Amino acid sequence: MFRNQYDTDVTTWSPAGRLFQVEYAMEAVKQGSAAIGLRSKTHIVLGCVNKANSELSSHQKKIFKVDDHIGVAIAGLTADGRVLSRYMRNECINYSFTYESPLPVGRLVVQLADKAQVCTQRSWKRPYGVGLLVAGLDESGAHLYYNCPSGNYFEYQAFAIGSRSQAAKTYLERRFENFADSSRDDLVKDALMAIRETLQGETLKSSICTVAVVGVGESFHILDQETVQQMINAFDIVGEQEGPAAEPDAAAGQEAAVDQGGSTGEGAAPMDI
Amino acid sequence: MNFMASKQPENFLLGPESDSQRTLYPYVTGTSVVALKYKDGILMAADMGGSYGSTLRYKNVERMKPIGKHSLLGASGEISDFQEILRYLDDLILYDNMWDDGNSLGPKEVHNYLTRLMYNRRNKFNPLWNSLVLGGVKKGEKYLGTVSMIGVNFEDNHVATGFGNHLARPILRQEWHENLSFEDGVKLLEKCMRVLLYRDRSAINKLQIAKITEEGVTISQPYSLKTYWEFSAFANPAQGAVGTW
Repeated sequence: MFRNQYDTDVTTWSPAGRLFQVEYAMEAVKQGSAAIGLRSKTHIVLGCVNKANSELSSHQKKIFKVDDHIGVAIAGLTADGRVLSRYMRNECINYSFTYESPLPVGRLVVQLADKAQVCTQRSWKRPYGVGLLVAGLDESGAHLYYNCPSGNYFEYQAFAIGSRSQAAKTYLERRFENFADSSRDDLVKDALMAIRETLQGETLKSSICTVAVVGVGESFHILDQETVQQMINAFDIVGEQEGPAAEPDAAAGQEAAVDQGGSTGEGAAPMDI
Repeated sequence: MNFMASKQPENFLLGPESDSQRTLYPYVTGTSVVALKYKDGILMAADMGGSYGSTLRYKNVERMKPIGKHSLLGASGEISDFQEILRYLDDLILYDNMWDDGNSLGPKEVHNYLTRLMYNRRNKFNPLWNSLVLGGVKKGEKYLGTVSMIGVNFEDNHVATGFGNHLARPILRQEWHENLSFEDGVKLLEKCMRVLLYRDRSAINKLQIAKITEEGVTISQPYSLKTYWEFSAFANPAQGAVGTW
């Protein structure tokens, strides 16, 4: 991405029909630390990499429970993510109060997307710099959506966002056809494997990742550290290298810059970690 | 300073211009609605009368209406308020349909929406003067609930409004059981409606029975119940108690 005369304002089109500010906002998502999501017919698992700024600080929360049946993992400007999570929680609780029924995740996602779109069409606003992986249950089953700063949303069987997410996506692309009938535990295992792909050789420990599950008969909750560590040990994947050799990132330029700082993500902007 | 200036009350509702803003009494009213769960869904009955005080003025009032794909609403009380509620629900179902996704509002959701509506109006001292019965079936689950004009709401296997609470529900408590057949359900409802016809002076002998199942709503054509007035106790009521009628 290079500076040009059409990127000052979100309400300025380029002659090629692009809104650069919106695209720059999507860059912010790519710079954040990775978040992945995958689903079966009955369960959805969200996972993310948590890196603390320093040994002294705690890591930022990137997975939020929105309601018993909906949760979200974010990548990008976590402050924007927090604000949007609060909006989602509000919408869910208001719907529950009026109808005594859970808000269908498909409707929440559309409301979120419309909210993001507004920020792409007002000169006094800026787009939200956060990508959201929304996991939730609906009348029609388990769903995973990705909400973009552009106001677009897509439904996925499995997806990864944030830095080095391409490695996770490659892993998921190989396996996704089996996810629909996976058991809950296999799904969590696949999530942990996908997270490990984004670590580029660093040891996978429960202290640097967070995993959350929601499913039929199982409220959205974040798995505690011991459970995650046990699963990591059980699957015997600590320290194994399983094909992260290539760096097949679509946005190879940014990834290379980040990688130079090692796997701790020092190249990323401070507010993204 | 003008000492003759009228005192403006702080709360508009307390001043003289306030009363046109709130419901004080109903004008055209419908009487009881009775409903029960049966094997395939819900059966509901209501007569077609709209009383204007003690006059049985309107005799073709439909007091039960389908709501969306999954629900049936019956109302007693002020007819114009029932029509207002139908307008609210029309908007609700319209917006629900406009989402055009696989989700739809079921009877539970509509019932809770109505509860919120009634309760909020009651809190503003401007109630919708109705007692509502909401029944429906969605994904095999039968639902039957009621909401009053003050927002009291609950679900049960059989519900009734107005006089139905006093005359019909005792019958239902004795004779209702799970998995009633359609014929038995109708017979039970007719028994309740007959008692109401005998004893409720605002009841008329022209009723409809509505059924809702997974397939949809059917509201019968209006018909009347056979009544018998030749009970010997009615023939000479003063026999056992002089002066009675």
